[in-house]
Amino acid sequence: MSELDAFRTEVREWLEANCPPEMREPIRDEDDVCWGGRNFKFKNDAQKAWLEACVAKGYTVPDWPKPYGGAGLTPEQTKILKQEMKRIKARSPLDSFGIWMLGPALLKFGTEEQKVHYLNPIARGEIRWCQGYSEPGSGSDLVSLQTFGEDKGDHWVVNGSKIWTSYADKADWIFCLVRTDKTNKYQGITFMLFDMESPGVTTKPILLISGNSPFCETFFDDVKVPKDQFVGEINRGWDVAKYLLGHEREMISGGGAGGDMVSIGGAFAKAFGKNEAGELDDPILRAEMAAFDTDVFAYRAMGERFMDMWKTGRAHPASSNMMKYVGTELNKRRHELVMSGGGSDALEWDSEESKGGARARSWLRTKANSIEGGTSEVMLNVIAKRILDLPGA
Amino acid sequence: MPLYHNDDQTMLKDSVAPFVAEQAPVSHLRKLRDTADATGFSRDLWAQFTEMGLPGMLVPEAHGGLGMGHMEAGIVLEEIGRNLTPSPFLSTSVGAVAALAKAGGTQAGRWLPAIASGEAIIALAIDEGAKHRPDRIATTATRAGNGFRLEGKKCFVLHGHVADMSIVAAKTDGGITLFAVPKDAKGVTADPRRLVDSSLASHVTLDGVEVDADAVIGEVDAGGEILDALLAATRTGAAAEMVGVGQGAMDMTVTYLKERKQFGKLIGEFQGLQHRAAHLYGEMEVARATVMKAQQLLDEGSEGAKLMVSVAKAKAGRAANLAVREGVQMHGGIGMTDEYDIGLYMKRDRALAEFMGDVHYHIDQVARMNGY
Repeated sequence: MSELDAFRTEVREWLEANCPPEMREPIRDEDDVCWGGRNFKFKNDAQKAWLEACVAKGYTVPDWPKPYGGAGLTPEQTKILKQEMKRIKARSPLDSFGIWMLGPALLKFGTEEQKVHYLNPIARGEIRWCQGYSEPGSGSDLVSLQTFGEDKGDHWVVNGSKIWTSYADKADWIFCLVRTDKTNKYQGITFMLFDMESPGVTTKPILLISGNSPFCETFFDDVKVPKDQFVGEINRGWDVAKYLLGHEREMISGGGAGGDMVSIGGAFAKAFGKNEAGELDDPILRAEMAAFDTDVFAYRAMGERFMDMWKTGRAHPASSNMMKYVGTELNKRRHELVMSGGGSDALEWDSEESKGGARARSWLRTKANSIEGGTSEVMLNVIAKRILDLPGA
Repeated sequence: MPLYHNDDQTMLKDSVAPFVAEQAPVSHLRKLRDTADATGFSRDLWAQFTEMGLPGMLVPEAHGGLGMGHMEAGIVLEEIGRNLTPSPFLSTSVGAVAALAKAGGTQAGRWLPAIASGEAIIALAIDEGAKHRPDRIATTATRAGNGFRLEGKKCFVLHGHVADMSIVAAKTDGGITLFAVPKDAKGVTADPRRLVDSSLASHVTLDGVEVDADAVIGEVDAGGEILDALLAATRTGAAAEMVGVGQGAMDMTVTYLKERKQFGKLIGEFQGLQHRAAHLYGEMEVARATVMKAQQLLDEGSEGAKLMVSVAKAKAGRAANLAVREGVQMHGGIGMTDEYDIGLYMKRDRALAEFMGDVHYHIDQVARMNGY
């Protein structure tokens, strides 16, 4: 038996012994997701036990080094762990922006002391982070951000506001882009870290068209930030931000940019009925769904090729922008078809039968896919400039 | 297997790409067209293909070929597509080889070595109407004497007027049977028509054509599976060729955006064109990945191949079609001139799109394979 096979056996046995049955059921709503943090309330004992077991093993962040709370797994071992978790339909023990975003930034740009200090509480689910990037006046043109940190010797005094801060009202700390030099656009931003309980920080949830409020406006009013709480170099926070945006697009590309990658027509034929020829009983909708399915299967092949190439350094560094663009546009199209297929049932907003308007709310939520993390139009700009090398782009 | 070319495949590409670009660039197609060439391809070029071992790429080694896979054949087809090279490669070296290798037996022993040595050109006589409907074959084969008598009409038979042998799909008592009909068989007439892309495709009439029992490819009534193998290989090959056509058109267009000035600017500076070019890039990349996936599944003999082949033919069809349409539009007035190559890409794309099932046919297949 090869070492990897032995590892797979070990993982399989460990999961069998440690993953509670409740944690092998599909996620039904937001409550089922474990975000961790100071104020997190576990939905049940199983959720808590599953997190604790994974923390002890380093499996909340399996590929991080052990001194930072990970399990120090190789990419091959990490892939096996994910496959085995998927096989038993195990839920993710811990989801967080600390794991997805701040962690990779610290691993790349942080000092040894920072890594030990910040990464361990992330891995244990003790501190929940949010991301302060966009501002009311700085969306796609992120680098124009105005939130300002005035240098007061041993600390900064931060004033300004952020928008689209995901779950800012539930987060413990924020990693935040703050202007520290007004004369230098790109090299005048610092990547700061501070406690959301600091005096002067307030948050206000934003009600979205989906009826939910996953994002906040966040205001900073003379917030004191100690001068050692930054990542990378002072005034070079844009390098960290750019790295993270690339990382985010890569993550989206490797994961769910295309949404659920299964046939949509197959699912609807059951609900919709078929004609005597065995075809979905609406020829135009059938045609649109079949064209969509064709694109989904094609994108699935693209995702496989992208990951194969990305992992081995063969991919164009900007190709994750293409993946994000194609995948998010596809997911929006899926939800348009889900709404068409669902007819008037899919319009229901809060009935029990509609699971609280799940279809309608998801459909509306997907409209943000091609806005957040860089709009489709920005993705196309990047492709034009960096891949096609078009002039003046 | 990762979904990119391995070292051997990259080496193959590195030798085939310059070879096709030098020996058979678009000017080669123009020359054949402008001299009203009656063969439909250059036999000298085919001899050069043979020197490189290309006609027998997919032929098993036991029959004198290289025993390679669809991924490798796709590399050659993409270059053929990119250069709009007229060639019997797709029908002879991909479609016919897939059928003969699947069937084995007398006809495989007779024709596979001849394909590998570059001596035999094979045509695929499948379609019977303007649209590809292989499930509605009306040509009949009835038992007569020691063999069969074939009766029917075929169309869109590329190289049908010069092929040494045509693979004819016909209805027999208990199913479909494929026949190897030699060029000189009595009662066969091929009426070649010049198509929009300057290729020659024949209407073939089978008027009481008598063939021996051993003309059957595989077993009587059991041609369905062999026909499926032929169709899967040819469709995937056509998709690979379309990726080449689309890529060639896109490359030419992106270059043009960097050269052409209007309003005192390079037109590639205009965001209206940048976004369309970037969108096209994404579609072409997805099409390429899809075609490679279909090739990989075919080479593995996977059950999922059939679905992916239809996805590949449809997706490559959509992407290449977008590439040639955007190509002509972004070239503006000169895109409409015969002198400029972009229009030739549009013409070849149209012919390949139709060959062995168009986008609509294959999207419909995707729906059927998913139970709706």
